[in-house]
Amino acid sequence: MAARIIGQVLVPAGAILLALVVGAVVLLISSPLVTGRFDPLLPLATYAALVQGSLGSFNGIVDTIVNATPLILVGLAVGLCFRAGLFNIGGQGQFYMGALAAAAVGAGLAGSPPIVAVPLAVLAAAVAGAIYGFIPGVLKAFAGAHEVVTTIMLNYIAGFIISWAVQGPLRAQGASFARSPDVGNAMIPVVLNQGTGHEGHLGIILPVIAIVVIWRLLFRTTIGFEIRTVGANPDAARYAGMRPRLLTIFALTVGGMMAGLAGATEILGVTGYMAATYSTNIGFEAITVALLGRANPVGILFAGLLLGAMRAGSGLMQIEAGVPVQMVDLLQGVILLFLAADVIVRRAFRIRAATGAVTEVADVTRSYAGKSPAAGA
Amino acid sequence: MSGLFEIPVLGIIFQLLDFLINVFTLNGVIILALTAPLALGALCGVMNERSGVVNIGIEGMMLASAFAGWFVAAVVAQAMPGSTPGPLFGFTVPLLIGLLAAVATGMLVSALHAWLSITIRADQIISGTMINIVALGLTGYFDLLLSQNPFPSAGTFSAFDPPGWLVDLPFVGWLFRMFLNQNPITISVIVLAVLLQIWLFRSRWGLRTRAVGEHPKAAETVGINVIRLRYRNVILGGVFAGLGGAWFTLDFGNLFQNGMTNGRGFIALAALIFGRWHPMGAFFAALLFAASGSLGIAIRTAPPPGQLGELLQSIPEQVLSALPYIVTIVVLAGVVGRSIAPAAVGQPYRRESTS
Repeated sequence: MAARIIGQVLVPAGAILLALVVGAVVLLISSPLVTGRFDPLLPLATYAALVQGSLGSFNGIVDTIVNATPLILVGLAVGLCFRAGLFNIGGQGQFYMGALAAAAVGAGLAGSPPIVAVPLAVLAAAVAGAIYGFIPGVLKAFAGAHEVVTTIMLNYIAGFIISWAVQGPLRAQGASFARSPDVGNAMIPVVLNQGTGHEGHLGIILPVIAIVVIWRLLFRTTIGFEIRTVGANPDAARYAGMRPRLLTIFALTVGGMMAGLAGATEILGVTGYMAATYSTNIGFEAITVALLGRANPVGILFAGLLLGAMRAGSGLMQIEAGVPVQMVDLLQGVILLFLAADVIVRRAFRIRAATGAVTEVADVTRSYAGKSPAAGA
Repeated sequence: MSGLFEIPVLGIIFQLLDFLINVFTLNGVIILALTAPLALGALCGVMNERSGVVNIGIEGMMLASAFAGWFVAAVVAQAMPGSTPGPLFGFTVPLLIGLLAAVATGMLVSALHAWLSITIRADQIISGTMINIVALGLTGYFDLLLSQNPFPSAGTFSAFDPPGWLVDLPFVGWLFRMFLNQNPITISVIVLAVLLQIWLFRSRWGLRTRAVGEHPKAAETVGINVIRLRYRNVILGGVFAGLGGAWFTLDFGNLFQNGMTNGRGFIALAALIFGRWHPMGAFFAALLFAASGSLGIAIRTAPPPGQLGELLQSIPEQVLSALPYIVTIVVLAGVVGRSIAPAAVGQPYRRESTS
């Protein structure tokens, strides 16, 4: 058992190490632009600030957990779909719609007792995200439109919906910029670090619940077994009488619900309102989380914490080392590179374990362009 | 004509048709310019997918090329000031070197995708996603660092000026203006699409490419080197992505902005599918997407008079901005739901002797 876990962790760990090396090279090359002269110590200073900002203090650890919360939830949205052989790039749009629903319902219930307002606003976010996942599910299952393209288009459309809502019907009266009203009592209560500027809200338990639910769904229910079968071998699944269309819609809808919940944790736990210019890159970060966690709910927990730590530390990295926060995006992309090309990682670290980096991830490319399990043979 | 507009209910449809024709003929130049990056991205996709490789990293390839073209042109322009624009298209040495840098970047990123997809046999969609994320991070990182000490850009190419009598011809003059009164990259798009269409369906290379994309094993048995042909086509496809990237910073605009491709690489992918993997089909699909985008702009800036104008202006601005993205989904779901991709697309090829 222990050997198996080590075997699974080796390749992701190696990918992270190699990404840090590549990041150090980029930092060295760009050091004249950062500090005005060639600075061989810049990579060390950058990584030290990154660790200091995320794990160096209790405040930093709380920031890490709060940042990891939506990453884990959207990571589950992507990971669950990977299991079904679907590539859900729409975590972004599903997150946006959940956040918008939370902001709208939260603003409407701002004066109600928290015990009513918080659950209703969170529920609204889950439903909105689920609907936004349902749409590409139906488009894939019944019209054969590939989810990679439709979910990306839906991401952009979600951005326009937010811009319309917050500048129109949802705009707060008297605010100096276009934003929705405060959610007031619908704010998720703070349980850690009250009043320090590094608060931890109760929503941090949502990913833990979601991980248990998704894990049980995947490994202890019939529909979870069917999802994994369709992802691993669509032909076998069809012969066994499973319904690929239904499973496609189900996986994307449940995934959308997870991403919608993530939107709720951001609006109701962190910002308290939604601005018309609200934007995030979480949908793409979540792809790295899901692949790094090998589409396994427990793996996604650790991967989400790692990327959450990078996010939490990026502020201090910019202040102390003068390195733009985009460095974190770059590191995440390079981690993905080494996960895709795990051969490099294996050679570099002489890893002989048989399991590949992404073996649990069903071959998403196989379903490309009409040859999807859902489109029929 | 105006009698038709007065008919109740039906009249508004005639008004709409009249408005659409007006928008298209009056804005032909800008529509074709906006078609260019979509069509070039789609041609990159044709090269990849016709030979059996999925490429969803076109967005990242164009972004990286846009940055490289802008940066190299600006650096060269600083090193050799006072270069005078040539007589045609305003060619200058910095702009040409920038264009070469953009194309080289497209080929380089494509070579990475080829290596991951063909040799490593990694999941091709994950490889493409990685390219998108790395390109966004890397260009954003350097753009932010460079913007601390801004330096002047190298400018842009300028438009070809077709003779006046040609563009003033009745009925067809607007077509000449649309296709000729353009910057060099935009003008080249239709030429490249026609050439690729002919090569793909009328040449030995095209036949081999399609064979490799449909049935690589059969192609190998008649002596075609599947691996080598796939490598060559994916890397050559990078030329189109590179030109598409250069369009952003050397042809249409002269500045790099963080994430400026803004999803056009993905719309190009939809154009590829809508055009049924034909170069000309992809070109016309890209033209449709670009036209739907400029329709939204036209409604905001020059709305039609009367009843129709009031109706169109009541549509929220964001719906009009979202139009190209909505059209993409509708087209994918409705019109081409069952279009057939090259049969071997996305499947890594293993030689029999090595497996």
